[in-house]
Amino acid sequence: MFYREAGDFKTSYKDDNQTFPIRLDRAGYWVALAVAFLIIPFFVNDYWVNAVFAPFFIYAIAALGLNILTGYAGQVSLGTGGFMAVGAYACYKLMVAFPEVSIVFHVLIAGGITAVVGVAFGLPSLRIKGFYLAVATLASQFFLVWLFNKVPWFYNYSASGQINAPERSVLGVIVTGPNTDAWAKYLICLVFLVGLAWVARNLTRGMMGRKWMGIRDMDIAAEIIGVNPLMAKMTAFAASSFFVGVAGALFFSVYLGAAEAGESFGITKSFLILFMIIIGGLGSIFGSFAGAAFMVLMPVLLKNVLVGMMGWPTDLAAHLEFMIVGGLIVFFLIVEPHGLAQLWRLTKDKLRLWPFPH
Amino acid sequence: MSLDMNADSYVTADGRTIGPVVMDLKNITLRFGGVVAIKDISFDIREGEIRAIIGPNGAGKSSMLNVISGFYKPQEGEVWFRGTKRPPMKPFQVARQGLARTFQNIALFDGMTVLDNIMTGRLNHMTANMFQQAIWKGKAEKEELANREVCEKVIDFLEIQHIRKTPVGRLPYGLKKRVELARALAAEPSLLLLDEPMAGMNVEEKEDMSRFILDMNDEFGTTIALIEHDMGVVMDLSDRVVVMDYGKKIGDGTPEEVRNNQDVIDAYLGVAHD
Repeated sequence: MFYREAGDFKTSYKDDNQTFPIRLDRAGYWVALAVAFLIIPFFVNDYWVNAVFAPFFIYAIAALGLNILTGYAGQVSLGTGGFMAVGAYACYKLMVAFPEVSIVFHVLIAGGITAVVGVAFGLPSLRIKGFYLAVATLASQFFLVWLFNKVPWFYNYSASGQINAPERSVLGVIVTGPNTDAWAKYLICLVFLVGLAWVARNLTRGMMGRKWMGIRDMDIAAEIIGVNPLMAKMTAFAASSFFVGVAGALFFSVYLGAAEAGESFGITKSFLILFMIIIGGLGSIFGSFAGAAFMVLMPVLLKNVLVGMMGWPTDLAAHLEFMIVGGLIVFFLIVEPHGLAQLWRLTKDKLRLWPFPH
Repeated sequence: MSLDMNADSYVTADGRTIGPVVMDLKNITLRFGGVVAIKDISFDIREGEIRAIIGPNGAGKSSMLNVISGFYKPQEGEVWFRGTKRPPMKPFQVARQGLARTFQNIALFDGMTVLDNIMTGRLNHMTANMFQQAIWKGKAEKEELANREVCEKVIDFLEIQHIRKTPVGRLPYGLKKRVELARALAAEPSLLLLDEPMAGMNVEEKEDMSRFILDMNDEFGTTIALIEHDMGVVMDLSDRVVVMDYGKKIGDGTPEEVRNNQDVIDAYLGVAHD
């Protein structure tokens, strides 16, 4: 009744090609952006940023990256944690070496460095596919974490083996280090997320995305039309690693402030982000957001409900939280194997007719 | 009326102009280990013609097509394309030269919509690099819209407007075949290879497909090489026919010539051994 496309005619291919072809979706998108940028920053406190927004935004960037590689180009990767570590350590080295350069550039260059590393570790994908590629990327995960622990140059010979983000500011506002305001943390993550989500959408809507999806769906047919499989896979690895590297850099510099490779970027990170895109929906930008939101927000929500509202002991709630989240993952995968994005699409299809079935 | 088929170009009975040779295959031999799939075959494909390759099962027809499209590298022989000898190439490089093909068992991208599938056919006509595409505004968008227009023409031509936004995985067999043809046609190939475009179709669908092939050839002047088992279709559609059996060429010429060729009759009907 409210959600419909009747009367919303497209008279040019440009209109037909837009991201949100239905008017209500478009309006919703702009409202969400306006709320995120103009209203929430005035109300966020440290708890909300550190428990909810910052991890959600950063994981969403990483999930977008992995979704480009796994969801769009069909190359399974278990090296996400390792690539996040590359982004984090590159950002750290840059921040220390060039204190006068803006952190924004450091984060972007860290993404670029990760892209190069990602391409190097993606080279085996030309020969191996599926599970075997997953194992090969798993090797990169362990190698990279080992490397950052083993070679003191990466953590500037600090006694603890940790890297600590020095204080840096953007336009006079401190965004890293212990003196950062909640809203500044929130905004810098949001800006990166919105910018990168836009880039991800652009890459996947055009010929680049079609090449990736062609390789994913049927590589022989893609090659016969003129897709260079080497280029398609390497660009997928590069774009994906760039996103993951930026996520790693933000995770370390803005969110954590201090990091240690094995602890912050271990194999569990790789799995966490893989779960995000599987639950959210492979090959979907919205799915990356939904999956990140699910995996970040669900534990927070459960904790608040169990401890805050029902008064359970914290340790009991913590264990139950694992069981419930695990159960929910299984439940969602059975109900909708194509993820939350597909669930959302089906809901929208139903809404188009609701409440009149014809 | 007699046609001088050796001339540089000639006009067929139905008024189409057949030009010079586009693809010239010289003494192609292809072996898989000890098995000889193609034995010393030569034939050519001329501009604007519909060239059929026929033969019993296992004769090496599909292998021949795979040689032309660069999938298989023949051990002996040369492939000449538009007057130059083709060096060993990867299939995607062959595609860039202006070759497109369809497959015997459909090879579409199931997860993408019909429109996206057809747009992939425009691949070699789009040059925006990764960074231009990441920004989208500007070259990438302009290119996308211009090529969309070409694809829409192909969609109109093949009468698949109604399924434009449908994911290919949901389509029935006959439509999938048509979408695959659309994808190949969208590439505006100078040579289009069709591997059994009518396999598994009913009479009506075959008629539709024949009409599309003839119209394609007539309106766009597309040169077509096709493999087909339905003799009625082959004899009606094609200008010249190559007949293969056990990897060897046993006949080559107009449909009438081939029909009266004793070797061809023997291959299809069998021959008494006494």
